[in-house]
Amino acid sequence: MSRANLLERRSVVSALLEGRKDAVVVGGLGASTYDIAAAGDHDRNFYLWGAMGGAVMIGLGIALAQPKLPVVVITGDGELLMGMGSLATVGLQQPRNLSVIVLDNEVYGETGGQASHTGTNTDLVGVAKACGIGDSRAMSTLAEIKAFAASMQDVAAGPRFASVKIDSANLERVLANRDGPFIVNRIRGALGFSPI
Amino acid sequence: MHALNESPAETVPSWPEDIFEILQRFDVRQVPYVPDAGHAQLIKRVLGERSMRAVPLTTEEEGVALLAGAWAGGQRGVLLMQSSGVGNCINMFSLTQILRFPFLTLVTMRGEWGEFNPWQVPMGSTTAGVFELSGIKVLRASHAGEVREVVEAAAGQAYNACTPTAVLLSQRLIGAKVFVK
Repeated sequence: MSRANLLERRSVVSALLEGRKDAVVVGGLGASTYDIAAAGDHDRNFYLWGAMGGAVMIGLGIALAQPKLPVVVITGDGELLMGMGSLATVGLQQPRNLSVIVLDNEVYGETGGQASHTGTNTDLVGVAKACGIGDSRAMSTLAEIKAFAASMQDVAAGPRFASVKIDSANLERVLANRDGPFIVNRIRGALGFSPI
Repeated sequence: MHALNESPAETVPSWPEDIFEILQRFDVRQVPYVPDAGHAQLIKRVLGERSMRAVPLTTEEEGVALLAGAWAGGQRGVLLMQSSGVGNCINMFSLTQILRFPFLTLVTMRGEWGEFNPWQVPMGSTTAGVFELSGIKVLRASHAGEVREVVEAAAGQAYNACTPTAVLLSQRLIGAKVFVK
């Protein structure tokens, strides 16, 4: 199902990551991870193929460990709904360098397009704001996304949360790496840490 | 004078201090937790320590994911929870095997050793089994005198060998929660 006037997910993620510089990027289980891979593989990409509901907390762990680096979590509405409490945990910790973006297509696209809660009554921007993430916004144009992408580089003004309602069309999968130790040790290596 | 009025029962146990000292020695920096009375003294020490970041959670599985991120970012952490929280973590425990990161959790036990509340018993009875089925090694400390060596061994194998490890701190050690005097 495609609706008019909604942004296409790959162009949203490309715009978010175009000027990423040293940012570490976490992709939630499902299409978000494919979107991040489609924007270009990178040593600092943390691809998730499972651990549904964990993307924001993985981002928080990195953000607390590396407060001078921008940390960006890009995930879907279903993945975020499963870990909604983590927005409260982020709201409590106030990591200045963390940005969370939800690509909200209002469906569970990986499993057949079943409706998620965000298509009816759940407002994730409202949830994030109520959890104490002051800079929480809905974005609907590429211009807004580009401005937000630039702000992600400011590691003193987060945490930030943004929701983008996207077209729910299922795109061809771009398979990211799925070898866990490789993914983690590649990030650690890029940050100057070795394996054990 | 004041000291004479303190009964032995009010003496602060020393084993939480032993744990704190070991965590410091292993350079543990992130300490996610869901509170438990048995961890209260340790949590207080962590909250007062500038080199450690205490991260209160809404549910325990958040802590598993947080520690995976911490490791990717170059820091070690430890998850503090009670036995009832272990069941909340099961799918997220996949990360310990998939990412092979140094996972250590310290679990205060409920549902055993004179438990008053029957609702604690089912999860308390399956806690060790859940860890083992999830590929996480289980060590247990039941007496104050053995906490130091057990936690030290657990930290050693978790941080030096990336062997995911849980320490069960027995209700016998902590004392059963008193509901009615």
